[in-house]
Amino acid sequence: MIRWDWIASNVPALVDATIDHIVLTFVAVGVGFALSFGLSLAIHGRRSLGGPITGIAGVLYTIPSLALFAFLVPFTGLSFLSAQIGLVSYTLLILIRNTVAGFDGVPGDVLEAADAMGYGRARRLLSVELPLALPLIVAGLRIATVTTIGLVMVAAVIGQGGLGQVMVRGFNFRNDTAVYTGAVLIVALAIAADLLLAYAGRLVTPWRGSAARGS
Amino acid sequence: MPESPRGASTVEFRHVTKRYHAGAKNVPGAVNDLSLIVPAGKICVLVGPSGCGKTTSLKMVNRLIEPTSGQILIDGTDAATRDVIELRREIGYVIQQVGLFPHQTIAENVVTVPRLLGWSKDRQRERAEELLALVGLEPATYHHRYPAQLSGGERQRVGVARALAADPPIMLMDEPFGAVDPIVRERLQNEFLRLQEELAKTILFVTHDIDEAIKMGDLVAVMQQGGILAQFATPSEILANPASEFVARFVGADRGLKRMSLSRVSNLELRRPVTARVGDVCSEARRRALADPFAYLLLVDDADRPVGWIGEDEIPTEGRLTESMAESMSPLLDRRTTLKDALSMLLDADVQAGIVVDRRGAVVGLVTADMIADWMRMSAVPLSGSEARDQAGEAVEA
Repeated sequence: MIRWDWIASNVPALVDATIDHIVLTFVAVGVGFALSFGLSLAIHGRRSLGGPITGIAGVLYTIPSLALFAFLVPFTGLSFLSAQIGLVSYTLLILIRNTVAGFDGVPGDVLEAADAMGYGRARRLLSVELPLALPLIVAGLRIATVTTIGLVMVAAVIGQGGLGQVMVRGFNFRNDTAVYTGAVLIVALAIAADLLLAYAGRLVTPWRGSAARGS
Repeated sequence: MPESPRGASTVEFRHVTKRYHAGAKNVPGAVNDLSLIVPAGKICVLVGPSGCGKTTSLKMVNRLIEPTSGQILIDGTDAATRDVIELRREIGYVIQQVGLFPHQTIAENVVTVPRLLGWSKDRQRERAEELLALVGLEPATYHHRYPAQLSGGERQRVGVARALAADPPIMLMDEPFGAVDPIVRERLQNEFLRLQEELAKTILFVTHDIDEAIKMGDLVAVMQQGGILAQFATPSEILANPASEFVARFVGADRGLKRMSLSRVSNLELRRPVTARVGDVCSEARRRALADPFAYLLLVDDADRPVGWIGEDEIPTEGRLTESMAESMSPLLDRRTTLKDALSMLLDADVQAGIVVDRRGAVVGLVTADMIADWMRMSAVPLSGSEARDQAGEAVEA
């Protein structure tokens, strides 16, 4: 049974938990993206770095999330930092893979034309390669964001879970309403974030799909 | 750097060699001691089978590939001593896959180099419109489209417009019309030749298609495996006098026909027909016709326009010539008609002589199949074997 009165009386707490959840996600994806982008550029510049970097990101990705958070507690405590270290680690593999694939996917003839017309290295990267890599980069961001929204819930074990906290407390106090409310809000958050990013992605790549729309 | 029209430059390859390490994979063709001069304002076509180093040679001009040794001089200056970015902005580049930027509109694509050169926005917009119109794309229609919305032929036009944007003195074109269907290709070729008549750029043009080479080139460089220049000459010279077995095979067994399509009636010394006007005295006309080895008299009107042939034996011995006496007509040619077209028309006609007329339609002379065959024989110095002779002979008889 859903107790609507519980929800009504806990709106401020739920709002706070949602905001926490969004902040945890936003910071994790933001930092993860910054790191991944730098590492992807390094790989783009030097192919040989690709193996080691994605290897390490892959190892991080395979560590069970619960174990990682527990492992971090002796070092960084039950803190925002512990949560972020875990969350950021999980975004790296997805974001690096997609960003590198995005750069790799830029057609060779486009690069050759850019070189032949006198683009410098940096200018080519910024105004030709990056825009053309955007669709895959945005796709990576969408997956990373949705994944992170789910993972934040797990960070509840170290007291940093946003809406996950609501659910954990619900389990502990046999409060089904709290569990369901937390779950529904997390799903809603994930869907909203995905749609928002998809829309943003279309805004920054106006040339895509234009063929289908025709003249 | 001046941004005003710069005309054309001379491009000289001086002992240019490009070697790749043995065993290296996916490398373009090597080039072996290539020396040639492309005069300013001419189209030089590099043609040869794949792996002959034609594309490598092209890409050494704008230094997408650096030569192992030798120099490429542009108006006497070694390209290797130039700032590479600056050099490339002065050389137009068109490739088969076009390589338009998918994320930019057609107008943005076209003014890529002007943008890199820092032209003002107004000037860029003006130039984009001008160039789109130049290559036959309605600016208002195409301006805001993206490359994905264009057909292959349209994209290729945009590619040419983009290469011309900063009015470069040199254009490099690598199989520019290779990815479109034959009908569109022919139209693009013709338009480009017309464009070149006005622009007079120095153009290096790569193709594997000998017909395209002959059509497009003022000069043709035939290259063979190993990056060796087999022959460098005008198209008609290459067809008439292939420098080696390789060149002869490469230009094909039908090179006689190809040569006829390059040559025009104006290349021939025309035969003077025996003519008489309507109303002339028959006996006098008959005497003149019989005195000439050609078996027909050509009847013309007051303005010397041809009316028709009268067999010399059919001319009455008395009275005057009338229009009704003309039995047959021949195809009318002008001096610009190619020998190939002329021959083709002659083969269909009753009297196997084409009547060449001037712009007003007056008779200038005659062309016969024998004359074309003679011209082909005279203008070609056959190579060593009998093969070339045979081929030329077959082509004429075919």
